[in-house]
Amino acid sequence: MATMVGPATVASATAAPCTHCGLPTLSGDCGDGPAFCCSACATAYALINAHGLGAYHRFTERRGAAVRPSGRGFSDFDHEAFQQRYVTIDGDGQAHVELALEGVHCASCVWLIERVPLLVTGVVRAELDMRHNRASVTWDPSAAALSAIARTLDALGYTPHPYRGGERAAMRRRDDRAMLIRIGVAGAIATNAMLAALAIYAGELNTMDASSLALFRWISLGLTIPTLVWPGRLFFTSAWAALRARTVHMDVPIALALAAATTRGVINTISGSGPIYFDGVCVLVFLLLVGRFLQARGQRAATDATEQLFALTPATARLIAVDGATLDVPADAVSVGATIAVHAGETIPVDGEVIAGASRINRAILTGESNDVRVEIGDTVYAGTLNRSAALQVRVTASGDDSRLARILAQVDEGAGRRAPVVLLADRLASRLVLVVLSLAAATFFLWLRRDATAAWDNTIALLISTCPCALALATPLAMSAAVGRAARAGIFVKGGDALESLSRPGWLVLDKTGTLTLGETTLVTWHGDDALRPMILALEATSTHPIAAGFRRAWSGVSVATATMVEHTIGGGVAGVVNGHQLMLGSPRFIASKLPQAPLGEHTTQDEFTPVVIAIDGQIVGRASFGDAVRPDAASSLAILRARGWKTILLSGDADAVSRRIGASLGFTPDEIFAEASPEEKAARVAALVARAGGGKAPPCVAMVGDGVNDAAAIAAATVGIGVHGGAEASLATADVAMTREGLGALVALDEGARRSMSVIRRNIIWAFGYNAVGVGLAMTGHITPLVAAILMPVSSLTVVLASWFGRTFTPETR
Amino acid sequence: MSVLFIVVPLALVIVAVALAGYLWAVRSGQMDDLETPGLRVVRDDE
Repeated sequence: MATMVGPATVASATAAPCTHCGLPTLSGDCGDGPAFCCSACATAYALINAHGLGAYHRFTERRGAAVRPSGRGFSDFDHEAFQQRYVTIDGDGQAHVELALEGVHCASCVWLIERVPLLVTGVVRAELDMRHNRASVTWDPSAAALSAIARTLDALGYTPHPYRGGERAAMRRRDDRAMLIRIGVAGAIATNAMLAALAIYAGELNTMDASSLALFRWISLGLTIPTLVWPGRLFFTSAWAALRARTVHMDVPIALALAAATTRGVINTISGSGPIYFDGVCVLVFLLLVGRFLQARGQRAATDATEQLFALTPATARLIAVDGATLDVPADAVSVGATIAVHAGETIPVDGEVIAGASRINRAILTGESNDVRVEIGDTVYAGTLNRSAALQVRVTASGDDSRLARILAQVDEGAGRRAPVVLLADRLASRLVLVVLSLAAATFFLWLRRDATAAWDNTIALLISTCPCALALATPLAMSAAVGRAARAGIFVKGGDALESLSRPGWLVLDKTGTLTLGETTLVTWHGDDALRPMILALEATSTHPIAAGFRRAWSGVSVATATMVEHTIGGGVAGVVNGHQLMLGSPRFIASKLPQAPLGEHTTQDEFTPVVIAIDGQIVGRASFGDAVRPDAASSLAILRARGWKTILLSGDADAVSRRIGASLGFTPDEIFAEASPEEKAARVAALVARAGGGKAPPCVAMVGDGVNDAAAIAAATVGIGVHGGAEASLATADVAMTREGLGALVALDEGARRSMSVIRRNIIWAFGYNAVGVGLAMTGHITPLVAAILMPVSSLTVVLASWFGRTFTPETR
Repeated sequence: MSVLFIVVPLALVIVAVALAGYLWAVRSGQMDDLETPGLRVVRDDE
């Protein structure tokens, strides 16, 4: 057993919700006063209230998780190298920085973060971009240090990192604005072109004088030309680029149809007779641009991935010179063999060997293991891990790009970049469509040419227009964005619709163990003893922050708590105290044996990976418990469903072989499906090998990687579809294509089902689109396309697809 | 029907004015973040 430490506050009675985060607490006897689940929440609460922001705690929608500050000092934020790189100073002497924040999730977060100027004097303005979890902060550098601002954000639970994707973000913003302008222009023109068309069609039914008719036809022409040269130019340049590269995609038939319709419209406007099609062209350009915009936005969310990852190590290191003096230098510039100092609470900036001091290190970022690890002289520490308790001196073995973390991140980046783009079903069909359309057009032209040259031209152009794959081009992006929206409401965040298309082809489902298949926290696994002991044990453990104590409290959350006195913690052993007049003792078998040498300890029946706990009252052993990382309750049933649906499951764990095999076997994995003791690098390699085995054909089976830690991030990036589970490290969620905010593996089942349903909506859309096209082709080849038929056929086909996408039952909302 | 020759172009001028307003809004960044301002307003009364 590890240490037993805890603040000396006395708490008892039943659980009241934490005043700050709403989680259960231990305290309840302090009347109406605030109660907290942890000291971090208490700090955040005090901070908020000290500055008159108590209104925050009256919001009903608040954070549902305890505050988890990183505890860093953020002194590197004040360093010159950092300031030079990320901070801009404007003309008034005000400094400005963009920070990526962890843990932002609701309206109350926006409210709180934007009130940071009230919490830290000197901050002028803080604005949050909720979508990208990015805060832009303006402050007066003479009145406040950036590290103080960072510490305040951290204490509130929003750990800040410098935002490094500034240039890319600016480029994206430019692209977005350009697209919005195109859509606006095309939309304004399209509505007016339709109004003009309405006048023309209405005029044809009644009698409209020739001059008015001509006016509306010329106005339509005048509206169409700008929409083609400005917003619509996109399709022509893209089609031209495709033809020059000797490939065909969706834009080629679109450009062909737009050109054909416009040419015929212009000729007929000048000659004063025949259909003009201008309304159709304008509406088409508008709808296609909307589809394109939705698609681009969906796909981009996936490429936002790796930006956040690079903010995981501090920008500076504290170098110890030969004469003993320390100086801050950029962390990348520290040479191998140099000695650096790392204070308690700081993130270690380099890989190295401890040469002085002993401390506890949190390596969650590399291993996913949430418990601290003890390090002493001679132990290796890695960049990105957090030094918890005492100062260390470290001799550098690797820094900058050579550190283990940097190499893993490089793999992540490489994986994300190498990932072959999924060729969407609609695009595959489009390339065939072009050939069919062109041969049909040729057939129409030559068949009619024998009878009538004018009719041959008219009908060929009509065919090209009516086969425009407008509905087809909309089918995929609309259905995908509707499905992604529904998935988000069901607690599944899909970044990019192509992930859904991949997931609809079951292949290999690779799962991490700790935190994914298991709960990832210390849980009471077995309990042998009288239930009357429970209040007494809880009393003894009430003040402890030790994982075992927390495990007891979680397991018995509804049980009342007695009062303990004279509580004494023994580090690495257990705890003893007086409860209800009895001497109660609780701890590892060795601890109990040392206190009660005469008491029979008996055999330990539990397996090796569980931590045994023995309970003794007045010298008699009265109970036993064991703790371990329990399997998620829905894991076995969810895996069974997924296997039945055709997924081959694989367990890929960094944990010891025996543990992995035992848990794997209990969940129905066959021995050859279990791979244990895999380092982050091995995990990525194994997943990459599976992707290679799946093949690179047009529709390869999907290789999905499900994980929760930074140690899974490279594997997640290497997979066809990476999935980050609820509660995972922010960094692994960022690289994943799909992030779950729903507890448990049931979300995977929902995802699989949703992906299938989304694809069937898309297929249905495509069938509709082709159906309309087939009707159009039939009418055009027989010479029956009248202006009215074309005017109805074009928008109705698009509208069908829009409605079918909107009402498609893909993801069903979470039911709780 | 000669009134059409005045009203229809006038309608197009009005559209152009509205469009100019939209373009200004996009270019001044009002469409960059459509989520946060909505949430901001929810809590503004406090």
